[in-house]
Amino acid sequence: MLENINIHIAGENALILYFCEQKEGQVSTNVSLKVQQAEQVIRSAMEQELAQDIIDLVPSYASLMVVFNMMTTDHHQIRNKLRILLQSLNDNSKGSCTAYEATIVELPVYYSVESGPELPLIAQRAQLSVEQVIALHQAQEYRVYAIGFAPGFAYLGEVDERISAPRLSTPRMKVPKGAVAIADRQTAVYPSVSPGGWNIIGLCPINMFDAKATPTMPVNVGDRVKFKAISKTEFLNLGGVLAVSYE
Amino acid sequence: MNNLPLTKGFLVKQPGMLSLIQDAGRFGAFNIGLTNGGPVDLLAFHWANRLCCNALNATAIEISIGGLTLTAQVDTTLAVTGANMPLTINGETKALWRSYHVKAGDVIALGFASEGVRCYLAVAGGFNITPSFGSTATVCREGVGGLHGGKLLTGDVLTCAYTPAKQNLLLEDEFITEYTDEIILHTIPSYQQQHFSSHQQRLFFSNEYTVSKNFDRMGYRLTGQAVTCDIEGILSEGICHGAVQIPADGQPIILLNDRQTIGGYPKIGAVSSIDTAKLGQLNQGGKVRFEPISMEQAHNLYHLNLSRFNRTELVACD
Repeated sequence: MLENINIHIAGENALILYFCEQKEGQVSTNVSLKVQQAEQVIRSAMEQELAQDIIDLVPSYASLMVVFNMMTTDHHQIRNKLRILLQSLNDNSKGSCTAYEATIVELPVYYSVESGPELPLIAQRAQLSVEQVIALHQAQEYRVYAIGFAPGFAYLGEVDERISAPRLSTPRMKVPKGAVAIADRQTAVYPSVSPGGWNIIGLCPINMFDAKATPTMPVNVGDRVKFKAISKTEFLNLGGVLAVSYE
Repeated sequence: MNNLPLTKGFLVKQPGMLSLIQDAGRFGAFNIGLTNGGPVDLLAFHWANRLCCNALNATAIEISIGGLTLTAQVDTTLAVTGANMPLTINGETKALWRSYHVKAGDVIALGFASEGVRCYLAVAGGFNITPSFGSTATVCREGVGGLHGGKLLTGDVLTCAYTPAKQNLLLEDEFITEYTDEIILHTIPSYQQQHFSSHQQRLFFSNEYTVSKNFDRMGYRLTGQAVTCDIEGILSEGICHGAVQIPADGQPIILLNDRQTIGGYPKIGAVSSIDTAKLGQLNQGGKVRFEPISMEQAHNLYHLNLSRFNRTELVACD
């Protein structure tokens, strides 16, 4: 029996593995490690027996999406193969979580109402001042749980419960590059202009994705991130751009 | 065959609204957040390549809305398929869904689509573009792929090999896709489906939705009967091609080739790839209905369609 792993349908060529019961907005480091281990097991199988069958994987907080090749397999077959692989994961990893030396990455943020239009909203909901919201966001050391949504978009968790905020009911058409934002208890820096529904609280001048650089990103899954407030002048000196739209 | 680098091909005289270099798409880079890109109407893209006797994933141009003008710098064979866009070669009207031999100096121009949105222009051997992260597919939002990570610009040169004249081919009328503005989207209930009550699911599968003004390669936002989910957000998770996301305002968004790889809005299901190809040819005001199908039916549809494609023979023409 697989412990706490449910295999669901995602789309015509994709299954999604859910690790443990999902609770809204809650994340767990243990589950995240489980996802990482499962991803590793499947990736090594992709170099051998599943090379033809699996096209790509999308790991996230508590799930792993598996995209398969409809020309060589179907969802029944791939389910069985995944079950066998994950069985070995359960057998081998009981109680043994690989100790992982996380890198700590510090990211500067210009927090202000000017750069973070949702700051007053979050403060009002939490019955805190804007300054307190900013302090709470910096107080935590966050774990990189997943990378996705856009190139270099790192999902960080968890923010203090008091400053958690639901997504906007209608997503913005354009979130500016560098926007530091909150959705539920997750926080992130938008690496490029894109649509999005997170609550923006500031701007970060650091480039989160550069296709030509090695590595392409300043952070990896499993790393730790700390935010540090900077002034408007420091933000501009670091190459930050303020003339952005929040459509 | 010599090994000199190709320096000639097609010069972009006018790039049109949105013309993009695309191969079949980028796979294997989800872990750094890179999406698939690739042709929205995969079937039309495949036909363009077949008409040029290419590998099916050879690099071609996806032209949205229209307005692209190219000047040939080498002799080669080309074909245009997809939306009904007026094609001219040296000012002479030409048909889509067939190949032509063109010579250096010829001017190839596409007007604006009267039906459908996107066309595919393929050349013999494909355009010679250096892949980024394993693919030439352009995703503007990511600044990845194509010649420079963006849409084609005036003055761009798309290199390709010289090809001597050969037998032209055409696809017979009966096999040519007709682009209508009302379509059925066969949808596999999946993901958070169980968090939509049976009443909400019935509403979703029995109402007609309209393509809003916000539609692009990333996704199609629809308007119509709002659908409510029991939960507001989920832990962000992988989003597959065709996934139907329901944000809190209840209006479905169908996610396509340039979608985000991960997201946290609940999803009620995913549209089959045969139907996302049709969806990608709809304009604002286009009408869609969702019809539930099983994973097995989707698998069958996919393979039947593929077998039909493989069995269909092209016909020699002048």
